[in-house]
Amino acid sequence: MTAEATVTITIRSEDSAVGVLPAMWAVLMRDLRGAFRQRQDLLNPLLFFVMVVSLFPLGVSPEPAFLREAGAGILWVAALLSVLLSLDHLFRHDYDDGTLEQLVLQPQPLFLLLLAKTLAHWVVTGLPLVLLTPVLGVMMQLDGNSILVLCLTLLIGTPVLSFIGSIGAALTLGLRSAGVLLSLLIIPLYIPVLIFGTGTVSAATDGAAVSAYMALMGAFLVLALTLAPFASAAALRISLSNS
Amino acid sequence: MLFRDLSFAIAAGTLTRIEGPNGTGKTTLLRILASLNDSYSGQIMWRGQPRAWRREEFLRNLLYIGHRPGIKPLLTPLENLRALMAGRQQTEDETLRRALEGTGLGGFQDVPSGQLSAGQQRRVALARLLISEEPLWVLDEAFTAVDHTGVAAIEELLLQRARRGGAVVVTTHHDLQLPGMARITLGGVADDG
Repeated sequence: MTAEATVTITIRSEDSAVGVLPAMWAVLMRDLRGAFRQRQDLLNPLLFFVMVVSLFPLGVSPEPAFLREAGAGILWVAALLSVLLSLDHLFRHDYDDGTLEQLVLQPQPLFLLLLAKTLAHWVVTGLPLVLLTPVLGVMMQLDGNSILVLCLTLLIGTPVLSFIGSIGAALTLGLRSAGVLLSLLIIPLYIPVLIFGTGTVSAATDGAAVSAYMALMGAFLVLALTLAPFASAAALRISLSNS
Repeated sequence: MLFRDLSFAIAAGTLTRIEGPNGTGKTTLLRILASLNDSYSGQIMWRGQPRAWRREEFLRNLLYIGHRPGIKPLLTPLENLRALMAGRQQTEDETLRRALEGTGLGGFQDVPSGQLSAGQQRRVALARLLISEEPLWVLDEAFTAVDHTGVAAIEELLLQRARRGGAVVVTTHHDLQLPGMARITLGGVADDG
């Protein structure tokens, strides 16, 4: 370890600060890079999603009429549970290896860094589910319009699930077995999203207009996007404070 | 309660070691200093004003390295270092590379950090010391798993840092004897902290 030239060290002023956007970008890229180096973790929620959905025709009824009626709901519930399963990983690894402490100590607004982090979580869990949905929709005998609407609701809905989930994940971080508590905390908050998500699809199946439902889903997304990072930042500080 | 009636100042150009047996709250004190732990009563001032008012300014001037070094096992040392520096200061990859070489990790820049030894992982985190612009360093057990030559190099680095006007606060089980070092002893009576 070589020493450098003797320059006097002074207090760093605001001019030497790094902008928040590069900092958010760095968080996003680090998480994505880490996720793509551990591919089995990437496949986990996806496999769970596919398995749950494909067990219904086997376990309940392969009748097209039943599948058409229950398909959207099954897909939504499976997506919800698969996001829920992946939530514990959102902060856990970072907490264990100390990168979370360093994230909190960055001279940047923490909620924006968490926004980037949750976005990365959505890209590796929620987005693949949305991309897989058309295939499973065909399997569930849904018609083209319903599948399109279903994909749209999931595209809007899964980030909401990730953002709401980030609050619970941050709150339960200090606990050794957080799984049960996390589900209990988060599922009630997921219910409105689920109801409106499936409601939109059944409206579309009935041939009704879906724009009002979509607008409400959009409102959920805006609300989650703007408020959840603040809440998870506060929760994270508490969790770290007690560790 | 771990400690009470504790009062000290960390001035520029000083080196302070927090001492005490296991369980006396060395790490807790450092986490409080680094603003990671809020469960205390009392006041912490930063340059004459309550720290809570100027949190971002304080964080811009603080480098904290804790028990857990903040190294992601799946990323290479270079990627780790880049991510750790990203929100703090503008650094070129070349500078980061040189810092890693300076810690003896020259040939390991593109190996996933998880494959490195504990000491080498610690060195990745310590590479930040070579490029840090922050005047206040808070180092918790910085010497853990680092070999003798490494420890000597860090000691030299800390001394230099204090001489150049930085402030360093450390805890260590390693027998650290540096000239001009102040001590704060927990779990007993402080002698000259």
